[in-house]
Amino acid sequence: MSILRTDAIIKRFGGLTAVSELSIDLHKNEIVGLIGPNGAGKTTAFNMITGVYQPTEGSVYFDGTDITGIKPHEITKLGVARTFQNIRLFKDLTVLDNVLIANHLRLNSNIFQAVARTANYRKEEKHIYDKSVHLLKEVGLEDLMNEKSSNLPYGKQRKLEIARALATDPKVLLLDEPAAGMNPQESIELMDFIHDIRDRFDLSILMIEHHMKVVMGICEKIYVLDYGVTIAKGNPEEIQNDPKVIEAYLGVE
Amino acid sequence: MKNEKNKVLLNIGAIILLFIVLWFCNSTFDNYKLRILNLSGIYVVLALSMNLINGFTGLFSLGHAGFMAIGAYTSVLLTMDPAMKQMNFFLKPIVPFLANIQLPFPIALICGGIMAGFVAWIIGAPILRLKDDYLAIATLGFGEIVRVIFTNTQSFTNGALGLKGVERYTTIWWSWGIAAITVVFMVLLVKSSYGKAFKAIREDEIAAESMGINLFKHKVTSFVIGSFIAGIGGGLLGHLIGTIDPLMFRFLMTFNILLIVVLGGIGSITGSVVSAVAVTFLLEQMRFLDQAITIGSLELPAVPGMRMVIFAILLMSVILFYPKGLMGREEFEWDKLFSGYYIKRFKVRKKA
Repeated sequence: MSILRTDAIIKRFGGLTAVSELSIDLHKNEIVGLIGPNGAGKTTAFNMITGVYQPTEGSVYFDGTDITGIKPHEITKLGVARTFQNIRLFKDLTVLDNVLIANHLRLNSNIFQAVARTANYRKEEKHIYDKSVHLLKEVGLEDLMNEKSSNLPYGKQRKLEIARALATDPKVLLLDEPAAGMNPQESIELMDFIHDIRDRFDLSILMIEHHMKVVMGICEKIYVLDYGVTIAKGNPEEIQNDPKVIEAYLGVE
Repeated sequence: MKNEKNKVLLNIGAIILLFIVLWFCNSTFDNYKLRILNLSGIYVVLALSMNLINGFTGLFSLGHAGFMAIGAYTSVLLTMDPAMKQMNFFLKPIVPFLANIQLPFPIALICGGIMAGFVAWIIGAPILRLKDDYLAIATLGFGEIVRVIFTNTQSFTNGALGLKGVERYTTIWWSWGIAAITVVFMVLLVKSSYGKAFKAIREDEIAAESMGINLFKHKVTSFVIGSFIAGIGGGLLGHLIGTIDPLMFRFLMTFNILLIVVLGGIGSITGSVVSAVAVTFLLEQMRFLDQAITIGSLELPAVPGMRMVIFAILLMSVILFYPKGLMGREEFEWDKLFSGYYIKRFKVRKKA
């Protein structure tokens, strides 16, 4: 059963076709990779799925319903969370606050109940707090809870960004280059981490990644983009031996 | 948890202490000193309302004077007695439905706030789609538009003549009572999940939106609440001074509040309170600079405006030492007070 599907989505910026007829199919509990050289349109594809851009043509389906053209915050509420290529944490706030904020979308109390601290709101707040602390424990950031998030080392900031995305209770997680800027050791840890959260949080993951070791190591299916065109799709072995992919990455003789 | 309870007790104690001090001031101060005390209370309210929009939500809005004007005119027109209205509107009669209405002060104040909030809600929809400098220009324009409209709708506002003989309802209980309520409200709001959402928008809009925060709804909420409080502040000011006219609500008014907010720390409630009181008192204390000064045998002639020059120099030196304002984004906490944190903070900074 596919949980996230894009049906031939196209994005044109003026005369430039950034993504053309991309059809991704993400099944439940799958980890799918989206690779391609710089400027191939991977992040544009992400932005279309999460509602930041509206596709020029084609539609995006989540859990069977059409989510094309819905606003980003509504898509997050449905259960699609994402991280960013260049980390976008709430820098001046604490690690805990970053995660707490991601729970805000599930809050039922209105602003007056929140200010008046009604019993119902306090209950919700307590629940959010416990849930966030628990989540930070699971990803191993609980001892840095009260640290300003911009003071964290790079790898931990990446981890926090994933934790923050998890706090929105997603069904699908989109990771935009989670291993960017990591050393080989950190990348391997990240692979385990992604595998781990997939099982623990019952997620389906779509990720953009340049790190071939990571992609080939954990993705069950890979899509390769070049100049917006899907040039190959298949499992890691098929991709590694595909002449078109080799051409796109290494050039022709 | 016991610690929490102690803090609540300390907070209540501090509020009681504030009112005891106010009572003492009220019974011993002369009118001039009381006026300054009143003004500083009102500036606390105004600075906090601007800090909510500019400091906590990160919307660079400069339309504050406009919302104050709306609040001031609404409440003044509602409290003024019919005979006084007739005396004021001698060039052009007042519209009939306002001519005979007279409401108690607190209700009129709230009406002023609601009116300002309502206008904020209407203009918020188009204006809050803008960002940064563009938002600043649009809100600045809004403030001027309000002023020009008020100058020209004579049968509502008495135009450039203004409204005189406003009953002086604002006592220190009103100004500081509302200031205290505003502080408590702001603390509760900023600490709540909504306050965190506002801060998230300030930190990174794109990330906030992808975390499921409805940007538009939260921006409008913050803008409306801030404007509501600004409207109430405007009403208090009108009923303190006893006369209002459109020129009172020029950009200079917005600028004064912005100055207080920046000086105290953008995004700090404590900062706004401290700086509102400090700036109001300092500006009054420095009045002697406008007069002729004799130092020994040296006699300096009176230069009107000298006060503002010195004040500007003072401001610059404060910003040099505290680029993020006195408090930055920090808040007052009892723990920090008892551990001597503030003494250290301000000592170390002075050396640097």
